[in-house]
Amino acid sequence: MLSRTADHLFWMARYMERAENTARMLDVNYQTSMLPQSADRAELGWRGMLGISELTQAYSQRYDGVAPDKVMHFMVRDEQNLSSIYACLRAARENARAVRGALTTELWETTNQTWLEFNRILRDGLFERDPSALFEWVKFRSHLSRGVTVGTMLQDEAMHFIRLGTFLERADNTARLIDVKFHALAHDFFGETDVKDKDDAEVDFYHWSAILRSVSGFEIYRKVYRNVIMPEKVAELLILRPDMPRSLAACMSELVTNLKLVANEVSDETQRRAGRLYADIQYGRIDEILATGLHAYLTTFLDRVNDIGMGISRDFLVIAR
Amino acid sequence: MFDEMNGAAGAVRDHYRTYDRWLAQQAPALMEARREEAEMIFRRVGITFAVYGDKDAGEGTERLIPFDLIPRVIPSQEWREMEKGLRQRVLALNRFLHDVYHDQEILKAGVIPAEQIIRNAQFRPEMIGVDVPHQVYSHISGVDIVRAANTDGSGTYYVLEDNLRVPSGVSYMLEDRKMMMRLFPELFSQHRVAPVAHYPDLLLDTLRSVSPNGVNDPTVVVLTPGMYNSAYFEHAFLAQQMGVELVEGQDLFVKDGFVFMRTTQGPKRVDVIYRRLDDDFLDPLVFRPNSTLGCAGLLSAYRSGNVTLANAIGTGVADDKSIYPYVPKMIEFYLGEKPILSNVPTYLCREAEDLKYVLAHLGELVVKEVHGAGGYGMLVGPASTKDEIERFRAQLLANPGNYIAQPTLSLSTCPTFVESGIAPRHIDLRPFVLSGKNVQMVPGGLTRVALKEGSLVVNSSQGGGTKDTWVLES
Repeated sequence: MLSRTADHLFWMARYMERAENTARMLDVNYQTSMLPQSADRAELGWRGMLGISELTQAYSQRYDGVAPDKVMHFMVRDEQNLSSIYACLRAARENARAVRGALTTELWETTNQTWLEFNRILRDGLFERDPSALFEWVKFRSHLSRGVTVGTMLQDEAMHFIRLGTFLERADNTARLIDVKFHALAHDFFGETDVKDKDDAEVDFYHWSAILRSVSGFEIYRKVYRNVIMPEKVAELLILRPDMPRSLAACMSELVTNLKLVANEVSDETQRRAGRLYADIQYGRIDEILATGLHAYLTTFLDRVNDIGMGISRDFLVIAR
Repeated sequence: MFDEMNGAAGAVRDHYRTYDRWLAQQAPALMEARREEAEMIFRRVGITFAVYGDKDAGEGTERLIPFDLIPRVIPSQEWREMEKGLRQRVLALNRFLHDVYHDQEILKAGVIPAEQIIRNAQFRPEMIGVDVPHQVYSHISGVDIVRAANTDGSGTYYVLEDNLRVPSGVSYMLEDRKMMMRLFPELFSQHRVAPVAHYPDLLLDTLRSVSPNGVNDPTVVVLTPGMYNSAYFEHAFLAQQMGVELVEGQDLFVKDGFVFMRTTQGPKRVDVIYRRLDDDFLDPLVFRPNSTLGCAGLLSAYRSGNVTLANAIGTGVADDKSIYPYVPKMIEFYLGEKPILSNVPTYLCREAEDLKYVLAHLGELVVKEVHGAGGYGMLVGPASTKDEIERFRAQLLANPGNYIAQPTLSLSTCPTFVESGIAPRHIDLRPFVLSGKNVQMVPGGLTRVALKEGSLVVNSSQGGGTKDTWVLES
C-alpha cells in the first residue's frame, strides 16, 4: 500500500476517534455542570477540559474568561480550533476523500455523510438547543464508522492502519482524561483521598462516576468490582483492565497486534517500544502505579505513546524522500 | 430541429414509445421527489467536481453535476453503425500517431501539410522514434458526437471532436446508470438496456494488455493531480473499481530507469500508468520544471520502454482542432476505407479564403480556439450579442491561426426536466473507446445536456448536466 494512503487512513481514524472522545469529555463536563457545586469547582472542570487537550493558550487568545458556553463553542464548532469536533470531522472527511478509493463505498459514504450531516445539524441549531443530543450523535457516528470499518473492510494493511490510528488516539485520549480528572482533585494522586465529611463523599461519587460515564464505564465498573466507586479502582479499570475496551491496556493490545501485522524491514524498534509499553501495563499493578504518583505515570505513558506514533510515521507513513 | 424522442415531426419515435407511455403515467410530484432523492444520493456518495476559478474554501468548491431523469435512448441499429464508425476512426487516429512519430508517411504523401504537424505545439519531438506497445497511443478516447437535423426531418450523427489526451466523464456514465436503476427499477424490466457496468473491467484489461515487454503480471496505477482536481472523483472511482493504486506524483520515483511507488513495504515497481495529468506536468525534468504533480525522470523511463503511459505522450497532435478536418483523409489513407462517421464542415482561420468567409459570417458560426477545451474561449455566433461578436472579431484577427469555425449545427434535443416542466434541451454524446491489444467499448457513453434554454454548450463547467444513455438491445 502507498505510504501516503496509509498516512491518510491513519489520520482519518485518529480524527474520528478524537471527535468522539472530545464529545465524550464535553458531555460529562456538561452533565456535571448541572450538579449543585461551587462556581470555582465548575470552572475548574472547564479549565481541565482545555488543559487536557493542551488548548488553554489557544482558547484564551480568542475568548474572554472561562464560561461553559464559550468553552463548548470553542470545542464543538470553532472552525479555527483545529481540535474542535468540527475540525476533526472535517479532517477525517478530507483524509478519507484523499484515499476514497482505498475505502469501501460504505465507509467513505459514512464519513462523508457524517460531515455533511454535522453541518446541517449545526445550522439547525441542535447544539444550542440540546448539547447532549449533539454529543450523543457524534459518539454514534463514530461507532458507526468503526462498525462499518470492521464490517466491510478487507482485513489488509488499509484496515490495520485504520485500527492503529484508532487505538493510538484512544490510548492518548483516555490517558489524558484520567490525568485531568485525578489532577482536578490534588496535585498528584497517590491512592488516598481525604474524605472529611458526607458532602465531600457525595461530590466524589459524582466526580468518579462522571469519569466512568465518559468512557461508557459506569456499568462495567459495577459489574467488575461489585463495590462502591473508589478512585484507585477507577484508575485500575481505565488503565490495567484488558477487557475494558477503552482502557490503556486494551488500546496497547490492539496497537501491538496491528503493528505486528504491518511490520516491515525498518519497523523493529517501533515494535519493540510498543511491545515493551504493553508489557509494562500487562504486568503492572495499580498500587505500584499509585506509589509513583498517577500524574507522573500518565505523563510518561503519554510520552511513550507519542514516541510510538512518531515511529509509525517514520517507518511507514512519511518515508524519507 | 431534431428531437431524440419526438423526431422532427413531433411523433414519438418507436424506441421511445414504452418510455413515453410510462412517463405520461408518472405524477409530477413523484418525479420531483425522485430528482431530490438523486441529488441527495449524489452528494452523499461525493460525486462532485471542482469548478475552475472558484476560490471559495470548503464545501463551496464541490459542486454536483445536475442529473436529468429522462434517459437518452439510442436504438440498437444506430449504435451498431456508430460503434463501427468509432472503431474505424480511433484505429486511424492511432495509426496516424504512430506514423507522425515514426516515418511520417502521411506528410510525405502530402495528405496533411507537414508544417501543420511539425509546428503544432502539441507535437512532441521527444516521442520521435519511441515504440509503444501494440503501437497504441490513445488507449482511452472520448469521441464527442452530436446529431443535427437534416432538411428531410431525419438526423445525422457528426463527430464534433476527438478527445485523445485525458478525456473524462466516464464515471458519470456509470453513476448515472446506477442511479437510474435505483430510482426506476421498473423501467429496466420494461426495456432491454445494454449494460455498461463492466467498463472498469474493460479498462483494466486494456491497460494490462499494453504492459511493457516481458511483464506478464503488470502493476497498473492511476496517476491523479490530487484531490483538488476537478475530476478527482473519477480518478479515485476508476482506481477503486479496477482495484489498483491511485497515486500522486509524490508517490512515484524513478531509479535505474524504472518507475517505483513508495509503499509501506518499501519501493514497488510500476509498469502501466493510467495518467490523468496533462503532458506538460508529467516530468519536471523535460516539461514544466516547476510542476510538482509529475515525477522526475518519468519520460526517460518511458522512452526506454520500462513503463507504459496511457494515454501516450503527444496524442494532442491528433485531437487538435486544426488537425480534426484531416481525420476523414486519415481514415482513407491508413485503412483504405470510407469514413463511416461524418466530420462537421470546418473552416481553418489560418487559411485566407476560410478566414474571409468566417469574418463575413461570424453571426452564424461557432468559432473555437484550436487548443481550447471545456467550452472556454469560444463564440457561438447566433447566441451572441453584436458587442460580443465584435470583441471576438478583434481577438480572431489578432491571431487567426488560433481559431477554427464551424456552421452552427442545429444540435438534437432531448426532453429534459427544467423548472417549467419538461422541455427540449440540446445534448451531445461522448462514447469511450478503449484501445489496447483489441479495441473495446461499452454501448453508449455519456450524454451531456445544455440545461439553459437554447444553449449549445454542454460542458459541466458551463452549467451542463448529464443523462443516462440507453442503448436498446434488439
